[in-house]
Amino acid sequence: MEFNSNKSIYLQICDAICEQILSGTLKPDERIPSVREYGSEIGVNPNTIMRSYEKLTADGIIYNRRGIGYFISPDALQTVLEAQRKEFMEEELPQILRRMKLLGIDPSTLVG
Amino acid sequence: MITIKDLGFAYGEKAVLKNITMNLEEGRIYGLLGENGVGKTTLLTLLCGLKKPQRGSIDTDGRNPYDRQPSLLSDQYYLSDEVPAMNMKAADYAKYYGKFWEGFDMDKFIEVMGVLENDPQQKMNQMSFGQLKKTYIAFALACNTKYLFMDEPTNGLDIPSKAQFRKAITKYTREDSIILISTHQVRDLENIIDPIIILDRQDVLLNATLEEISQKLYFDYSSERMEDALYSEMVPGGNIQVCLNQSGEDSKVNIEALFNTVHLHKELIKGIFNK
Repeated sequence: MEFNSNKSIYLQICDAICEQILSGTLKPDERIPSVREYGSEIGVNPNTIMRSYEKLTADGIIYNRRGIGYFISPDALQTVLEAQRKEFMEEELPQILRRMKLLGIDPSTLVG
Repeated sequence: MITIKDLGFAYGEKAVLKNITMNLEEGRIYGLLGENGVGKTTLLTLLCGLKKPQRGSIDTDGRNPYDRQPSLLSDQYYLSDEVPAMNMKAADYAKYYGKFWEGFDMDKFIEVMGVLENDPQQKMNQMSFGQLKKTYIAFALACNTKYLFMDEPTNGLDIPSKAQFRKAITKYTREDSIILISTHQVRDLENIIDPIIILDRQDVLLNATLEEISQKLYFDYSSERMEDALYSEMVPGGNIQVCLNQSGEDSKVNIEALFNTVHLHKELIKGIFNK
């Protein structure tokens, strides 16, 4: 996996999993690799993967079946969509609009 | 757990380690960092019982490594920076020497050799330095030990092998293992070592998980200059700046910048991490 420079690795791993949920690669109730499996697949310390899984569990995106492993929550897609739409509207879009204003691009030229 | 208490060691008049106190916990891959000559290799050889502490103690789950009890020796492996080029095939070396380790697994040795693209039928004294190193890495992992100490394991490895090494270090080790890797090549091992230990002349400056580090320090990668930066460095596309984490925001720990920050502000760092 390629990591960019400024976001903490465990959050980038969360993003990668959410991305796969959005694209439909990961489906509801599908098992995801164990902490150690995933760590060795991408060459990352298992403790880092554990942090990612803990965050995704707290956010309701994955769930843990004790002794069996981690699975994608039934309503993960909806949860991720809502969270990322909110993030897009509140953080990404204002930045894009600011940049468009700087560059003198009229938003109406983009529509249609 | 390995408990190191007030450990001291000197070569003649020259003190190398003085007052080293720290714990090493199960299931962790520690990165041991420090400038040349601060005693990283000395510490590793003390931990595996090759040297006798002159002061203080090491307790490896209730045992003293210097007693060299066979039960402990067969559950630990020390991969030194320089490895002997034996006049035999790698597979034969593994077959004969593997007997000393209770958990040694020949199939795993062959598998890891394959992963590292190394030929087990090649004679060790005909291998390049990197190939020889990879043979010993495969051997170390195949020993299945709980305690694994590695001195600069990525030295001499080619680019693909470094990536394979990062994957193998979790794939082929036990879940309860205590792994300690000394390195100068922090980029080779970034994302894989956690916690980070930084040794200074005679002292432990830092022993903290990446999570703790990112709670206490903030790593900024923007192009804006920060007034209160403890450390800053220009890189293509901006700066890496390190400051105290006051907002609680999470950032990616850059180990080289961390190392430099710790060295510039030794007392401050010890203060904030020992709270």
